[in-house]
Amino acid sequence: MTRKHSPLSKKSLPGPEDIQRAELGNGIVVLSRSNFNSPSVSLNGYLPAGAIFESDEKLGLADFVASCLMRGTRSRTFDEIYNELESVGASLGFDSGVHNTTFVGRSLVEDLPLLLNLLSDTLRNPIFPPNEVEKLRAQLLTGLAIRAQDTSDMAALIFDQLLFAGHPYGRPGDGYVETIKAIRREDLEDFVRQNFGPRGMVLSVVGAIEPRKAVDLVDQVVGDWQVKDQAHVPSLPTLREIEKTVMKHHPIEGKLQADLVIGMVGPRRKDPEYMAASLGNSILGQFGLMGRIGDAVRERSGLAYYAYSSLSSGIGPGTWEVTAGVNPRNVRKAISLVEKELRRFRKNGVTREELADSQANFIGRLPLSLESNGGVAGALINIERYDLGLDYYHRYEGLVQEVSREDVLETARKYIDPDRLVIATAGP
Amino acid sequence: MSNKIHRSILKNGMQVMLKEIPTSPIISSWVWYRVGSKDEPTGKTGISHWTEHMQFKGTKKFPASVLDKSISREGGTWNAFTYLDWTTYFETMPAGKIDLALRLESDRMVRSLFDEKEVASERTVIISEREGHENEPLFRLGEAVQQSAFRVHPYHHQVIGDKADLLTISRADLYRHYRSYYLPNNAVMAVAGDFDTKTMLKRIRDLFEKIPAGSPPARIQRNEPESTGEIRLSVEGPGETNYLQVAYRFPHAQHEDFFALAVLDSLLAGPSNLNMFGGGISNKTSRIYRALVDGEYAVSASGGAAVTVDPYLYTFTLTIHPKRKPQETLEALDEEIRKVQEHMVSSEEITRAIKQARAIFAYGSENITNQAFWMGFAEMFATYDWFTGYLKRLSRITPADVQRVAREYFQPRRRVVGTYLVNGAGG
Repeated sequence: MTRKHSPLSKKSLPGPEDIQRAELGNGIVVLSRSNFNSPSVSLNGYLPAGAIFESDEKLGLADFVASCLMRGTRSRTFDEIYNELESVGASLGFDSGVHNTTFVGRSLVEDLPLLLNLLSDTLRNPIFPPNEVEKLRAQLLTGLAIRAQDTSDMAALIFDQLLFAGHPYGRPGDGYVETIKAIRREDLEDFVRQNFGPRGMVLSVVGAIEPRKAVDLVDQVVGDWQVKDQAHVPSLPTLREIEKTVMKHHPIEGKLQADLVIGMVGPRRKDPEYMAASLGNSILGQFGLMGRIGDAVRERSGLAYYAYSSLSSGIGPGTWEVTAGVNPRNVRKAISLVEKELRRFRKNGVTREELADSQANFIGRLPLSLESNGGVAGALINIERYDLGLDYYHRYEGLVQEVSREDVLETARKYIDPDRLVIATAGP
Repeated sequence: MSNKIHRSILKNGMQVMLKEIPTSPIISSWVWYRVGSKDEPTGKTGISHWTEHMQFKGTKKFPASVLDKSISREGGTWNAFTYLDWTTYFETMPAGKIDLALRLESDRMVRSLFDEKEVASERTVIISEREGHENEPLFRLGEAVQQSAFRVHPYHHQVIGDKADLLTISRADLYRHYRSYYLPNNAVMAVAGDFDTKTMLKRIRDLFEKIPAGSPPARIQRNEPESTGEIRLSVEGPGETNYLQVAYRFPHAQHEDFFALAVLDSLLAGPSNLNMFGGGISNKTSRIYRALVDGEYAVSASGGAAVTVDPYLYTFTLTIHPKRKPQETLEALDEEIRKVQEHMVSSEEITRAIKQARAIFAYGSENITNQAFWMGFAEMFATYDWFTGYLKRLSRITPADVQRVAREYFQPRRRVVGTYLVNGAGG
C-alpha cells in the first residue's frame, strides 16, 4: 500500500553528509542542516552561563537575566525588539538551567537575518532598564505565587530539594520570593558581564536554507564577539547519597488532588548505561499507556489520570522519577503500588518481549521526533553538547538494539533501590 | 507547501481526504467523529470524552493489553481528543506501518467492547482527571464563565463533564452513545504522508466501506437566545493571585465576520495559533499586552476564540497585577476595546496580521501530523477550503471591517465578566 521504505532510511536522518558543523574564530560552534519542505527556519542554542553561578542568597538570578535580556539593549527598547519579531511572525526566547542560558527562535526563512541580529543584540548588549527590571520582578513574584499553589510544581520542587540537598541541582531555577526580591539590577549586569561570552556557545540553524549560508549568516552577526574575562564554569560538587527512604509532604490547602514524585538519581547523559536506563524507563513507565506504572496505578486500580516515570539526564547526575496525580486519600495506596513496581523491576528486570517492544518503539519513532525544524535543531544541539558524534542518528538503531536484558537489569540495580527513595507529595 | 488533496465519499457515507506528502517516511491518519460535548443532554455531561477513553479499552481483535502496545511497538504515536463539536483519534506512524492504524480504527469504529470492569476503573480515572483540573484556578473560573454564557445551548458545560454525571453514567449509556455517533456516515478520515493515493484509497475502502451506515444521529437543537445584558460573577478559591476572564459572544467559524474578527484578535491579543502541533508566537506588541501588562494592570494577558460549529466565545484571560483591583484591570481592558471601536486601525496593522498568520501556517506545515490534522479539523466546522483560503480571506479585510466588528461584537451586553478571587479577598 505504501511506497517501499526501510524503517530507518538514513537519507531522512541527520548525518555527517548533511550536517554542517563549523567553529567560528571566537569559539562559537555552529551546526546547520537544511529542510526545504516549509519556508521556515528554527534556531536553537546555549551558552555556558547558568544557575551554577548563583549564590544561595540570589537564587533565580540566571533566570531573571534570561527573562530580562529582551527587555532593552543599547539600541532597542523592549517594545522595539518585540515589534521587529512579532511583525514578521517570528519568535525568540531565552531560558536558563543549572549549566546554561538557552535560546530558541524561529521565523520565515526570509527573516533569519533579522532573527540572528536580535539574538546577537540581546546577548551582547542588554541594558536591563530599571523600570523593566521592576516590572519583570513583579511578574516573577506572581509566577512564584502561582507555583506555590501548583501541586505538581511543588512536589517536583520538594523532590529536587531532598534528592540534591546541598547540590546546585537541588535549587529551584526560578528561586524563592526572598531571593528574587534580593536581586539588584547590578546583579543582572554583573552576571552577563562575567559569564556571557562566545566560549562554549553552541548554535544550530535548521530550515529552508543552505547550511553553508546559515553558518555565514551566524558568523556575520556573532563572529566578532570577544569577551576577555569570560568566567569558567565551576565543577559540580559531589552528591550526598540517600541513606534511607525520605518522605516529605508539602501542604497546599483547598486542593482536590495531590501530586506525588517518587524517585532517585539517574545516569548522566554521557554514561555508558544511559541507553539501557532509557529503555528500562520506557518499560517501567512510558511504553504504551505509561508502561508498568501506568498499568498498575491507572489501568488496573483507576487511581490516577496520569502516572508515569521519566528519566532526565544531562551533564551531571540525572533523575529517574515516577510522577502521579491522585486523590488525597489514595496517596498511600499509589505510593505502595509504585514501590512494588520498583521492587519488581529491580528484582526481575524486564522480559525479552518488553525490551523488544521498547527497542522497536525507540527506533520507529525517531523520524517523528526529527520531523520539525525545531526537533532537528534540538537534536543537533544535543549531538554537540554530549559529544554524540555527527553520525549519532545513523548509529542510533544499533545503539538501541545492542542493549540486552542483562544491561537493563544491571542498570536498574545500580540506580533503583526501593529502600532509598525520595518521596515528595504536595496537596491538601 | 501544496494543499492539493484527494477527496472521496465511501458508499456508507464516510468522507475520506488524502494528501500525499513524500518528504518524510511518515504517515498520519486521523478519524474524526461529529460528536462532542454539545451532543450531551443534562445528566450525561462528559459522556463523549468518557467514550473516547473507552475506545482505548479494546475490541475482540485488539484487546486492551494488545492495543496500547501495538502502536507503540511500531514506533507510532497516537492519541485522541474530545472537544465541543468533535472527537478525533490519530496515529502517526512510520509509513510502512500505517496499516495497523487503519485496521485498528476500522475495528474500533464498531467493535469496541466497553467492558463493565473497564467502565468502572475509567470512572475513577476521569474523576481524577477532573479533580486535577479543579486544582487550577483558571479551570474553576473558566467553567463558571462558560456556564453563565450559555444558559440554553449545550456549550454550557465542560467537555470533562460534571461530577454528578461522572458518578452516574452507566455502561449502557456509554455504549448507546458510542453506537449512536460512531458511524461511518458521521466520520471523516484524513490521511497525510508518504503514500500513493490510489493504493491508500483502496485499502481504506477494503477496511471501512463494509461498515454499515446508521441513522443520522440526533442533535440537540437549543440555540442560545440573544443576551440581554452583561453578566458578572466571581469564583473564590485558594491562592495569592486573582484572575479576570472576559468572554464575548462570538460567531461560528463560517460566519462572514469571522475573518475580520481574526484580524482584530491579532491586533488586540496577538495572533491565535490554530495549529494543534506547531506552536505560535509571543504577543508582547499586541494592544492588550502593551496597555495592560506594560501598564501593570496585569502580569499576563491573552485572548482568543475557539473555532466552532455554533456561536461560541472570544475570551480574554488576565492574571491581575498584585497592586491592582479587578475593576481597574477591567477598565484598562475596556479602554483598549473602546480605542478599536472609535479609531480605525491602520492598514499596516492588517498587513502585519496577515504576515503573522502566514508564519504560523508555515510552522504548522513543518510536520505531517499537523497537516493531516488540518484536513479533518476544518471539516468539523467548515470545509478544507476554510483552511486553504484563510490567508486570502484575511487579505480582503479592510480597516472599516475591523472597526465594524469591534463595535458589533465587543459590547458589554454580549459578555460575561468573571473574576477568580483569593479566598477572603472580597469584591
